[in-house]
Amino acid sequence: MTRHYSAFSLLKEGLASQKGWMKAWESPEPKPRYDMVIVGGGGHGLATAYYLAKRHGITDVAVVEKGWLGGGNTGRNTTVVRSNYFFPESVRLYDMALKLYEGLSRELNYNIMLSQRGMISLAHTPAEMEMAARVVNAMQINGTDAELFGPEDVKRVLPIYNFGPKARYPALGGVWQGRSGTARHDAVAWGYARAASRLGVHILQRCEVTEFLVEGGRCRGVVTSRGTIRAEKVGLAVAGHSSQMAAKAGFRLPITSYALQACVSEPVKPILDTVVLSPGAGTYASQSDKGEMVVGGGLDRIPSYGQRGNLPVLETVLSGLVEMFPAFRQLNLMRQWAGIVDVVPDSSPILGESPLPGLYLNCGWGTGGFKAIPAGGVLLAHLMATGQHHDISRPFDLDRFMTGRLIDEAAGSGIAH
Amino acid sequence: MQIFSCPFCGPRPEPEFHFGGDLGNDRPGPDCTAEAWAEYLHFRNNPRGTAEEIWLHVPCGELFAMRRDTVTMAADPGRALGGQP
Repeated sequence: MTRHYSAFSLLKEGLASQKGWMKAWESPEPKPRYDMVIVGGGGHGLATAYYLAKRHGITDVAVVEKGWLGGGNTGRNTTVVRSNYFFPESVRLYDMALKLYEGLSRELNYNIMLSQRGMISLAHTPAEMEMAARVVNAMQINGTDAELFGPEDVKRVLPIYNFGPKARYPALGGVWQGRSGTARHDAVAWGYARAASRLGVHILQRCEVTEFLVEGGRCRGVVTSRGTIRAEKVGLAVAGHSSQMAAKAGFRLPITSYALQACVSEPVKPILDTVVLSPGAGTYASQSDKGEMVVGGGLDRIPSYGQRGNLPVLETVLSGLVEMFPAFRQLNLMRQWAGIVDVVPDSSPILGESPLPGLYLNCGWGTGGFKAIPAGGVLLAHLMATGQHHDISRPFDLDRFMTGRLIDEAAGSGIAH
Repeated sequence: MQIFSCPFCGPRPEPEFHFGGDLGNDRPGPDCTAEAWAEYLHFRNNPRGTAEEIWLHVPCGELFAMRRDTVTMAADPGRALGGQP
């Protein structure tokens, strides 16, 4: 059977009618006990399992997922990867993720279709230009790539933008990060799942956690729809449903769950070859490899677990899009959907041991979890394997809400999340 | 477009409303612990299903209580808050 993906194996299997490919990952029956259990089979959970096995040699690991792999926010985001944040702690975190993304296709032997096409965060007013300059300075000081764009630069990268004299959103410039881009979101989940499965991790789909096993004040495993699974340590990577899991474990989190919408147009020929974000218009867009315009914006302002989204935000997003790109008025929308995101007061993630010892948190990524998947996996794996914070995850512990040492990235990330 | 019902103005479209947090999240006294203050300031019930919440109707400026289902988005009519805020 053929396991490794390469041009040679493609040729070999092509000559053999494609019948020799191994399954990408195994679907074993749950064991009654593992060293570690990860709840949540999205990008963060699968990456955690992979790095536990790869970097820490802990292969007796199960990932339990109530639905199917990558069926939550991993499959619902708009595939943008970037590290254009303001505070040093955030840039260290997100740049770690971006650097891992840059080598991920090779590391996983799975093409995640990373396209570092660059991203422009537009400034429409002189005041926004000053903020853009401040963000660029901060990013450069923090050691990631950033460039302050003027109007001529915007014309160069966005020739189809509305530069007319009556434009509602004139482009004075913006923040450019050339290493930003997009990656195939499903491939990130599948690639981590395949690589983790190959190292011995059990991936258990359609396996819903109904409660936590608590003995002697410690988390000792999970009760699932496929039986009780004991474990030394349990990791939680369930995004918008973190509060529900926390309630089962007996504590609350500083999280409110909101719907974040996105939509795609019909596919058209290549016309937009960067990621464009306008915080002012509340819209961002990129063109997928298939040619669809992938469009998103801010949160629905009503706490929600319904994966649908409401019209007012969609109207803001799309009116912003067609104001900036009048040519897009001709596009038909094909699909619209929403994911449930875990929004924290300071718009920064929560990484660390929970109030229930033995249960570790990876949540609070809000609208920006996809770009952070490799870092979230490395850091949660480090926490669970060593019982200690990694230097990069320490500032993001839950204790910051008690000490008041928040990392408020609502401004840094452009669209509030 | 979702319609919420303000107890003072009646049914109005959702952009007129602003979410105000959990009902019963009362401000602790000035001598409370850091943990109690953090609980009040940052920690949330965030229930899946029935939620008891505070909402603000922005045009009339009144806060009120509303029971809502966070999955189906069905919302009962808002109720005036009793007593002192």
